[in-house]
Amino acid sequence: MANKDINQMGLPKWITNIFTARNITTAKEVLSLTEFQLMELLDVGLADVTSAVAHISEVVCPPCQTALLLMEHRVRNENLAGHLPTRLKGLDEALCGGLPFGVLTELVGPAGIGKTQFCLKLSLLASLPENYGGLDGSVIYIDVESKFSSKRLIEIGMKSFPEIFHMKGMAKEMAGRILVLRPSSLSEFTESLHEIKVSLLQHQVKLLIIDSMAALVLGESDYGGPRQHPLGWHVSFIKSLAEFSRIPVIVTNQVRSQIRDAVCKYSFQAQSCAETKDDTARYDSHLVAALGINWAHAVTIRLVLEATSGQRYIKVAKSPMSPPLAFPFCITSLGISLLNDDGVELTGLEISTITCQGQNDVLNIDGERLWG
Amino acid sequence: MEVGRLPISTSRRGKLLSAGYTTLASLCSASPSDLARDIEVSEGEAIEILKIASHTSRLDGSNGSLAAVNVGAQTAWDMLHEEEFSARITTSCLDLDNILGGGISPKEVTEIGGVPGIGKTQLGIQLAVNVQIPIHCGGLGGKAVYIDTEGSFMVERALQIAEACVEDISEYSARLRKDFQVDQVKMHPNNILENIFYFRTCSYTEQIALVNYLEKFITEHKEVKVVILDSVTFHFRQDFGDMALRTRLLGGMALKLMKLTKKFNLAVVLLNQVTTKHTEGSFQLTLALGDSWSHSCTNRVILYWNGNERCAYIDKSPSLKSASAPYSVTSRGIRNSASSCKRIKMM
Repeated sequence: MANKDINQMGLPKWITNIFTARNITTAKEVLSLTEFQLMELLDVGLADVTSAVAHISEVVCPPCQTALLLMEHRVRNENLAGHLPTRLKGLDEALCGGLPFGVLTELVGPAGIGKTQFCLKLSLLASLPENYGGLDGSVIYIDVESKFSSKRLIEIGMKSFPEIFHMKGMAKEMAGRILVLRPSSLSEFTESLHEIKVSLLQHQVKLLIIDSMAALVLGESDYGGPRQHPLGWHVSFIKSLAEFSRIPVIVTNQVRSQIRDAVCKYSFQAQSCAETKDDTARYDSHLVAALGINWAHAVTIRLVLEATSGQRYIKVAKSPMSPPLAFPFCITSLGISLLNDDGVELTGLEISTITCQGQNDVLNIDGERLWG
Repeated sequence: MEVGRLPISTSRRGKLLSAGYTTLASLCSASPSDLARDIEVSEGEAIEILKIASHTSRLDGSNGSLAAVNVGAQTAWDMLHEEEFSARITTSCLDLDNILGGGISPKEVTEIGGVPGIGKTQLGIQLAVNVQIPIHCGGLGGKAVYIDTEGSFMVERALQIAEACVEDISEYSARLRKDFQVDQVKMHPNNILENIFYFRTCSYTEQIALVNYLEKFITEHKEVKVVILDSVTFHFRQDFGDMALRTRLLGGMALKLMKLTKKFNLAVVLLNQVTTKHTEGSFQLTLALGDSWSHSCTNRVILYWNGNERCAYIDKSPSLKSASAPYSVTSRGIRNSASSCKRIKMM
């Protein structure tokens, strides 16, 4: 809408001609100028400029919906009221049914905690037929770190959904629906995003996974700092992809250790800051998400996967609807599963910290190495 | 008084000046046909110019008398009276209402910022629901416009909060009914959702267009008492190269929003993100969009983590003293931090 041609907006003919003559063709250009600038540029009076801008604004601005209509529309038109169930019962309940369509869900956690395992499970769930509770669609899996394992995917499928995967030809069909892309650089990734936009429309894509977002940027820049800008465009593009195709988008993020100086506070907190710095001498195990605060604002749901004294937890760190809950989980041959469905409600900052203590790294599945 | 100040196009202004019409007085005595001949335009255009000129000179001419200057002005005493009696939008958290002087003030632009996951969107949805608390319960009985730039508005969550709000209202009016024998029609959560006008903007152009359009929209929907923009930042932060343009566009948008608050007596709540800023050798958190933006809002509230507690801090306000108060985000919405005091604040 923003780049809509002014000629098509139904303005009076004479003023449309003036806009064309001054080489102002899109609403974006008009709305970036002040009324005074437009008067100078178009050589017309204030009243005409004001009414033209008001008209253009009205055409460009998005339609109004009431929240009620929005809800009824979703309940009526989408499977499972617009959610992809994770089959982790407690988590699904907390998130009102699963990972919502149309927004970004982020998985963040230290290496080897089970992010990729979770992604594999989710891609299977999205590809399952509808009568088995899936979304019956294809999945685009952008595998930046080359960690996607088809063997493991089939294994999870065989163990979790034996009734489907032991049917003849079904394993092939299910796995055939998962399309893996392996971009090696940020520019390649950018290119494939554009292609994805097209294929989202053509194929029945029901899930987009990017594993991991951080690797793309970390691979590019040689020194870390507050990385905010390189992904600016991608963030809004991916968000709009999710929005317009109404599919869930899962992205993973890595962690890095917190630099002591970077413990961020507001300026009015400066005094209390000095006090707290002394008594928190446990910075060694303090991890933060690799992509900075700008990225964190952009994701709608953030799930933190962490390990505390040998136990893995999945925490709902940011979510518009869930209380701050933590669920213990483990990784088995079935993939990721919760140890209990009740969850522990955490208070305060604990929900967003990421710890990595005493994680039993050697997790054997059928005598094989663990899956990252 | 100069012709140069008339809101007419540049070429017409040039013609007027070169024909010797430099003051408004000289224009006022000219007849349309004279003017048309002198500056070589059609008579229709000449009439139009004269209309603008006489309008402008009327405004200027009234300079002498004090009363005319006061058109649209109010004395401080009237303003005080008005402010005291205008209802505020409760946040449903008593402590937060207290430091805000009773809630979010109508006629003002309030900016609320904080780190991801602190509860900005929650507070936004809460306000969109609370503005609908009926007048007999101490609310505004208005409607809400919710502008979602990030796609983070969750209708399921709005329903939860609306349900909790309806429960609180009926509990409150049940207590009232002992005094007044008024049988109120029970509100339904769906009514609340129906009165939230939701706009989803996907680019900064749409955002600007929408702010321009709001004036017309609200003229048609006079009951709208709060406009929530969640967040003002998102589109201006991603991929925006020209910082001077950004500052200008944001400034223009803030002015238009401020005009809305005054014209329709409604509250505008802008949600902002945070960024890190390098000062004096260390990183500090600060609200995004830069220093010139921070002048644009009347009130600024920062939400932050104080240890394990969510707190709100009044960073800037012309009338409130800087203070902070704890709050919490519960399944029923924003509530007091202490779990004992869960009742919604009315009156």
